[in-house]
Amino acid sequence: MKQLPASIWTLTVGILVTLIALWAGNQNLFFPEQASVQAPLVDHFFNLMFMIAVALFLLVAGTIIFFAVQYRQRPGDEGDGVPLEGDFSLEAYWTLIPAVIVIVLGVYSVQVFTEMGGFAAGGGGGNHLLMSHGHQPHQPMPAQLVSDDGAEPAPAFKAEYGLGGSERPDVTVTVTGMQYAWIFNYPEGITAGELHIPVNKSVQLNIKATDVIHSFWVPQFRLKQDAIPGHDTELRFTATKVGDYPVVCAELCGGYHGAMRTRVYVHTQEEYDRWLAENQFAQHPDLSKAVAVHATE
Amino acid sequence: MAQAQLPVSGEFSAAGGHHPTAWKWYDYFTFNVDHKLIGIQYLVFSFVFYLVGGLMAVVMRTELYTPDADVIDPNLYNALLTNHGTIMIFGWVVPAAIGGFGNFLVPLMIGARDMAFPRLNALAFWLLPPAGLLLVGSFFFGGAQAGWTSYPPLSLITANTAQSMWCLSIILAGTSSILGSVNFIVTMVKMRVPSMPWDKMPLFCWAMMATSILALLSTPVLAIGLILLLFDINFGTSFFKPDAGGNVIIYQHLFWFYSHPAVYLMILPIFGIMSEVIPVHARKPIFGYKAIVGSSMVICFIGLFVWVHHMFTSGTPPWMRMFFTISTLIVAVPTGVKIFSWTATLWGGKIRYTSAMLFAIGLLIMFVVGGLSGVTLGTAPVDIHMHDTYYVVAHFHYVLFGGSVFGLYAGIYHWFPKMTGRMLNEPLGKVHFILTLIGANLTFLPMHVLGTQGMPRRVAMYDPQFTQINQICTIGAFILAFSVIPFLVNVIWSWGWGEKASGNPWRALTLEWTTDSPPMIENWHRLPVLTHGPYDYGLAGHAPSETTPSHV
Repeated sequence: MKQLPASIWTLTVGILVTLIALWAGNQNLFFPEQASVQAPLVDHFFNLMFMIAVALFLLVAGTIIFFAVQYRQRPGDEGDGVPLEGDFSLEAYWTLIPAVIVIVLGVYSVQVFTEMGGFAAGGGGGNHLLMSHGHQPHQPMPAQLVSDDGAEPAPAFKAEYGLGGSERPDVTVTVTGMQYAWIFNYPEGITAGELHIPVNKSVQLNIKATDVIHSFWVPQFRLKQDAIPGHDTELRFTATKVGDYPVVCAELCGGYHGAMRTRVYVHTQEEYDRWLAENQFAQHPDLSKAVAVHATE
Repeated sequence: MAQAQLPVSGEFSAAGGHHPTAWKWYDYFTFNVDHKLIGIQYLVFSFVFYLVGGLMAVVMRTELYTPDADVIDPNLYNALLTNHGTIMIFGWVVPAAIGGFGNFLVPLMIGARDMAFPRLNALAFWLLPPAGLLLVGSFFFGGAQAGWTSYPPLSLITANTAQSMWCLSIILAGTSSILGSVNFIVTMVKMRVPSMPWDKMPLFCWAMMATSILALLSTPVLAIGLILLLFDINFGTSFFKPDAGGNVIIYQHLFWFYSHPAVYLMILPIFGIMSEVIPVHARKPIFGYKAIVGSSMVICFIGLFVWVHHMFTSGTPPWMRMFFTISTLIVAVPTGVKIFSWTATLWGGKIRYTSAMLFAIGLLIMFVVGGLSGVTLGTAPVDIHMHDTYYVVAHFHYVLFGGSVFGLYAGIYHWFPKMTGRMLNEPLGKVHFILTLIGANLTFLPMHVLGTQGMPRRVAMYDPQFTQINQICTIGAFILAFSVIPFLVNVIWSWGWGEKASGNPWRALTLEWTTDSPPMIENWHRLPVLTHGPYDYGLAGHAPSETTPSHV
């Protein structure tokens, strides 16, 4: 009768902690909506870690508080506690178990990162600028013509860092960060202050900065990449939900850094095509290749 | 036997020389070489800067009460955030933990009369006031506005004069830190009382050893980065100017090679304070002495190889992201060992709820939160979303406020009687603790949500959807600011008129408690002899008494 309560107590605590952790890990408590292929990957991984963290926090903080109450000094007791100086097996457990947990998490993070496209950075994805929209054969390609002529050699985009992909993207947009705005250039010759992309198509962003470091972040996509003066970076993703989401600058870039915000519009393919056509007409009524935006880079 | 072990120097009488018997108040404003006086100089100096940095935070939180930048100019906001970070690190936690407690305690704990190089020690302290003046003075030139990280090119094109003053200030503080580190290492290697083997050295000293080695290895690299930055700003070089062939990523490597270890510089001495405070007030031997020493050294070593986790979204190739994810996660293991060891130390104790112990237990719980959020941030996939958001702000304030500042308070409540000869008022201390605990959690816990939902850090204006949570944080910050008042009143009143402290009011076993409170100049008439380990609580024959033990 003396042993039983202790084991039941342990079991109850164990079950409770597990249940609370499982509940917390499956709530998606704080994230904004998921709007890219990568978002569920990040959320799932975070929630797994959050679950482990909740369990560990409850166990450790619970133990601390329990000990703090249980082993408080009783009135009149001026003596010392139990002279226990260590316990090898206990210390081995609390070294090895966390070590296993973090190594498993570390390896799993490599897996998640691979699925997100993290290992394809600079792997050629960034060079699709000049051949990026085969799915729209009716569009003229002024930038390509200019470059191929060699008359005005635009510097080839070579992403050194970022999240990339080895397959050819459906849409490529050049993103330029400057104090305090984002400029989006399309190979079709369109320049915009917001990013427009089609849903469920792979999008390649070639990211540059003209003045200081900025950081392109769409919280709903769970993706962020710095725009670095002197280094080309890239970001490859597929948006999964039609809608519009904030584009936020996440790297301190000056006094109005907090106001450096714009939107990304995720369209259906038809809407996107219409947007392209309208803007092409509006910006280049004569479709002259002379105004190709990329020649100015 | 004891007499035979005493070195010849042990016979020197402090009062017999040309020194005065005690320092006067004005000695605290002079180039004095006594390690205890220097320690107190560091603590008081850094606390003043803590108040300055704290006021900056209050102004920033006031600005963030509403989404628009309507209280102060956004450029001034950036100057405040830059200097808040810089002052809290280089003006408060580092000088208070390393310079303050390190200088006061290390010689006393190892039975030395002073540090190995007393003049160097005083020099290291006196480099700080000009560093502080440079930072404060930089506000007359607009203040450095590029964040405490001062990434170029922003730092090259914004407020050049103030940015140069900022660089010089940090270089001075870094030099001070290097000089201090050499001093600590030599002091601990050469000046332990002969009866103290390495495995009887108090854990605070071991923590200072790890800290000093780390500072010595990493600080010069920061100095290099900042000197190059200074040259770029003032002398036309182009190390970090992308349009002139410079490379902005190199600066980030140089900066974080120091500044990540700086995190451990700010927490390892605090871990040392924890390992002293908890056994004394729990009346228990520390659980796992060797594991705690080992974990300090492991943190010191691995801490040198994690810096790129600050750069996951900047210029970092994929293999680096993975290498540094894993090295970062591994740091959690030795840190966990310490947390578990302190928790186990509580087991079977007879815990005295002094203010020092309350802050120590508060630290334990706060640090667990900060450590766990750190693990999530350390992985590249999650960091790509969370980097440079309020989630990061929440994380490092749990570690630096919930960790370092709680630990500094624990240390002040614990050693104030030794430093001043007066007890702090306990009821006021408890009010201080409760206000600090509530204020800290109210300020920093909601920030996790802000960051996850999409609020970047370092912004004076934000999307109105975040207004409510920001208002909770701001109210928390006001409580936190208010919580300093009972502490200040307590320290000032107690220092002047508090209850007199005996030599050993907590009945502790480390050597600093074997002399008077405050200790005489040169610490002991005759050097103490170690007759027991530093944490032999509850072991027969070592019951310490409250009076100063006679010299055996």
